[in-house]
Amino acid sequence: MPAEIVLTRNIRPGLEPPDLKAYERAGGYQALRKALSSMTPQAVQEAVKKSGLRGRGGAGFPTGAKWSFVPLGSDAPRPRYFILNADETEPGTFKDRHLLEGDPHQIIEGTIVTSYAIQADVAFIFLRWEYRKAARALEKALSEATAAGYLGKNILGSGYSLPLHLHVSAGRYICGEESALINSLEGRRAVPRAKPPHPTVCGHWGKPTIVNNVETVANVPHIVLRGPEWFAGLSLGADSGTKLYSASGRVKKPGLWELPMGTPLREIIEQRAGGMQEGFRFRGALPGGASTDFVPEDRMDVKMDFGSLEKAGSRLGTGALVVLDDRTCPVGMVLNLERFFARESCGWCTPCRDGLAWTARLLQAIEEGEGRPGDLETLDGLAKSMGPGLTFCALALGAAEPLASALRLFRDDFERHVAQKRCPWR
Amino acid sequence: MLTPEEKTEIEAECARYVRKRSAVIEALKTLQRRRGWISDETVRDVADVLEMTPAEVDGVATFYSLIFRRPVGRHVILICDSVSCWTMGYDAIREHLQAKLRIRCGETSADGRFTLLPASCLGACDLAPAMMIDEELYGNLTPPKVDEILAKYP
Repeated sequence: MPAEIVLTRNIRPGLEPPDLKAYERAGGYQALRKALSSMTPQAVQEAVKKSGLRGRGGAGFPTGAKWSFVPLGSDAPRPRYFILNADETEPGTFKDRHLLEGDPHQIIEGTIVTSYAIQADVAFIFLRWEYRKAARALEKALSEATAAGYLGKNILGSGYSLPLHLHVSAGRYICGEESALINSLEGRRAVPRAKPPHPTVCGHWGKPTIVNNVETVANVPHIVLRGPEWFAGLSLGADSGTKLYSASGRVKKPGLWELPMGTPLREIIEQRAGGMQEGFRFRGALPGGASTDFVPEDRMDVKMDFGSLEKAGSRLGTGALVVLDDRTCPVGMVLNLERFFARESCGWCTPCRDGLAWTARLLQAIEEGEGRPGDLETLDGLAKSMGPGLTFCALALGAAEPLASALRLFRDDFERHVAQKRCPWR
Repeated sequence: MLTPEEKTEIEAECARYVRKRSAVIEALKTLQRRRGWISDETVRDVADVLEMTPAEVDGVATFYSLIFRRPVGRHVILICDSVSCWTMGYDAIREHLQAKLRIRCGETSADGRFTLLPASCLGACDLAPAMMIDEELYGNLTPPKVDEILAKYP
């Protein structure tokens, strides 16, 4: 039996996304009706908790647990906010663009149901500027949903009201970090905040705020409608649901596929992406965007889920595979990654601001044949200095993952650059 | 000074946010659309209407990569320099653009037609290498394809 398609079932690449009528014909907004008419916010939270849904933005935090940190009840602080994180900029990742452009009503329905579950008073969609097509699709869907009474005051006569605003950002990777995103939405520089307090209790303008990723929220209506057991049963392993996986680099058919959570890395590369291009061999891949450790060729059978990738020394991240082939210099690839992180560092804390700039300079010297003995050990040390607990946010941690893993897995290649005083790939 | 139309547009934006200053990025984008870029005078105009100090507005304006504090060309090219595009031939596309427009990244062509800027992952990794010109996304770039695309922009 072919695996069930859930999040992408209404998406027809190259065609206009379903409008309100088409979305409703496909069962759209039934989850919202069900939640508002027959479930308490706590019951929605409970269903999502039981489903085992974990955040799809990169960190993988259990979604229901995150929601439960928001104080509810008559003496709880108000207003509460929900923010949809549509600031996808993780290099290699394009899953949220696909969902936003291809089925905007699904994202809006997920946003409303999520907002209801945490009893948000106001919700925002935080969209990166570069996603122009997604912005147009969302604007149209928002006005349709508002006209149909799915948004605004007293939604479907339930007594629950929600204004939902589209905020279009103006660049910078760091905006995707949830506390930086909140600062940005307050009209400030997007620098992360110290945690605790977490945004769940002290977020937008000091009030309880939930920030969830687009793919995470897309799952919510389906869980509400079909139940947590069904959702858990979609996967091939311990983590629930389906997952949007993608592959880019020197594969025959770069693309994006919705597959059961836990689909092996090898299957995605060899079957979905059609294997490597003629004349290129697979050496490794970043399994979940730029901020994850390389998975080498001999671990290609790893299941692409949270637990399995952690055991393999990496992370699921966004599930976006970025492939390293044998004709691409691994030092050059890591230099590209670290230059990106160095540029995108917000400059707020020292290990990130100075450590990444130093890392990029050393890598550039090595790549240009000017590496010196001891440089690799310095890089090892820099990767450690950007480790957990030493920075305000996860940007530098993410940068350290491909760096440390490349230094370990492709050590010979780094050493050849230093010994031969040139890049062997040029 | 803000024109009445500019003022109306910015005040309408303020209504969507919790507090006035949240609209600062939207205000800067609005004025950039109308005026081309954000001059010192524009920074002061935004500060006045949103009841912020010019330094606060400039702190925001200089942080975000798509707010331009210097004049730009009639069209802005955002060339993706992130890892998937790099693997798939970003260097050759950048070099071609630079040679053709006789500028480096960060500069504007002598005829004022194009500004070339590096960009973080455009989320078009399945179409790598990719770039945007103004609001349009282009993928699977090759030097001849880049020439064809540039010809569409006067």
